[in-house]
Amino acid sequence: MGLARTWSVALQGVDGCLVEIESDVGGGLPGIHLVGLPDAALHESKDRVRAAVVNSGWPWPNERIVLALSPATLRKAGSGFDLALACAVLAANGALPQAALDDTVLLGELALDGRLRPVRGVLPCLLAARAAHVRRVVVPVAALAEAALVDELEVYGAATLAEVLHWLHDEFDLARPGPVAASTCDDEEQPDLGDVLGQDDARQACEIAAAGGHHLLLIGPPGTGKTMLAQRFVGLLPRLSPADALALAAIRSVAGRLPGAGVLTTVPPLVAPHHSLSMAALVGGGSGVARPGAVSLAHRGVLFVDEAPEWAPHLLDALRTPLEDGAVRLSRAEGTVWYPARFQLVLAANPCPCAPAHDRDCVCPSLQRRRYLGRLSGPLLDRVDLRARMLPITALSIDVEQAESTAEVRARVLAAREAAAQRWAGNDWLTNAEVPGPVLRARFALPARVVRPLDVALRAGEITARGADRALRVAWTLADLAGRERPDQDLVETALFFRDRRAA
Amino acid sequence: MGEKDVLGRRGEDLAAEYLTGQGLVVLDRNWRCRHGELDIVCTDSVRLVVCEVKTRSSTRYGLPAEAVDPRKAHRIRLITNAWLAAHAVPWVEVRFDVVAVLAEPGAPVRMQHYPAAF
Repeated sequence: MGLARTWSVALQGVDGCLVEIESDVGGGLPGIHLVGLPDAALHESKDRVRAAVVNSGWPWPNERIVLALSPATLRKAGSGFDLALACAVLAANGALPQAALDDTVLLGELALDGRLRPVRGVLPCLLAARAAHVRRVVVPVAALAEAALVDELEVYGAATLAEVLHWLHDEFDLARPGPVAASTCDDEEQPDLGDVLGQDDARQACEIAAAGGHHLLLIGPPGTGKTMLAQRFVGLLPRLSPADALALAAIRSVAGRLPGAGVLTTVPPLVAPHHSLSMAALVGGGSGVARPGAVSLAHRGVLFVDEAPEWAPHLLDALRTPLEDGAVRLSRAEGTVWYPARFQLVLAANPCPCAPAHDRDCVCPSLQRRRYLGRLSGPLLDRVDLRARMLPITALSIDVEQAESTAEVRARVLAAREAAAQRWAGNDWLTNAEVPGPVLRARFALPARVVRPLDVALRAGEITARGADRALRVAWTLADLAGRERPDQDLVETALFFRDRRAA
Repeated sequence: MGEKDVLGRRGEDLAAEYLTGQGLVVLDRNWRCRHGELDIVCTDSVRLVVCEVKTRSSTRYGLPAEAVDPRKAHRIRLITNAWLAAHAVPWVEVRFDVVAVLAEPGAPVRMQHYPAAF
């Protein structure tokens, strides 16, 4: 007979919430009563926990057991509470010292024989535990590498329930994580920009997009290197900051896609889904609490939309809000979750369905041509800052030496980013693409003479007000790349040239 | 009487002995009506205590106390009403207990009393 308390973490998206598990044993017929909004998987943990405890050779109280998960209004899902529930019951039964359980978060699913199974989302759980100033955490051994990414926490890995119980009695030492092998897998061979033949315009567009964080549309006949360029685009981007790398790892952890190598990868992600994907796979979804989708898995990286006109229009248009907000909010009956989704969009498209090597050979009726690229909606294209036409390749013998390698372009991109970061120092944004329009127009206003091309284009109805803001950002990026203090009229005109709707 | 009935009878005897030892007065045993049977009806001189005795010889099919499920609890309530009516008892507080008896062969009999179990 007694009362005990253990701790675990419930996830809402990538945000964790510390959950207090109270257990009261005694005063009634044998049975387990689980209260505090558990979902189906958590309800089943009653049977798992009991079998695991009995099969680990520990006594199970033959009395009424009430397990309460608090905060009671928060919906709790999944099997990660098993370990904490088992320890709560045993502690209430007097088999475990309560003092050892204070300040300790327990995570893991129990197998019927007492083995501890890994669960999804260990990393965000640990981030929440750290934010709540918990001292130590026990995770399944299989998740130890992932858990090691979070510092300032004592992390322990257990293989079985019995190990945890002996450890709580100070009779056993649990495994500790090894040192985090920082970015060892980052040196993987990335395809080099030098492989792409010709395409100076598109190359420059890629460079500008990488330097300023702008979105990019590549249009050209098949076989001219659209996909090649997009794949090499990630190589131009700077490595992720530790905070961003951790945020991305947290998203991957919730999605169950974190490679268990124990390394915090700092290479920006490239997510290139096939156009047949579902809405839920794109923006996130699933039953109960929604899981992250492709836009979130591309956080701080690149979402590559290949063959964009083949995509269902509602999918492309679903990208509009994440493009503006840098996040997706998914509302379901069981609550709203929020996932970061600050990605760079790279679209690739053929100019028409028949897409011959030379556009002049096109046999499509003009209506069909218009319709094809018309599938990319105006509002979406308005958010794309750079449009580049890919030209047919006329000779394979182009001197390969002439093509700049990734390293050369990347050096310029990093220098431009550094210049931008210094200018925006002390603000929330790092790249030109993230700067709010009002700041750009007021605090960093350019002389009227410089922005005149924008006024002209606005008056002629060639761009929208948002388009003007976006062209202004591109102009700043061009200035950063050119090593100038601020853009001049030429650079604003160049920015407008890359925006030109006629290219699309 | 089958073997299980002998076991049940033995369990009930043990339970009655135990309850008497706790200071309760047994009023009736194995009272039957068309709904079923009450094992032990007793009183602690304040309220009526209706006691269900469940005896098992092994835990192979679960603990004896686990066999008292909501359906069984409902039936016992129903029979208690019939008992109260049959004996013309005026309003009285009623408590429902369960006594679980585990009589494993070759081991001492274990008994657990769950007062106010449902």
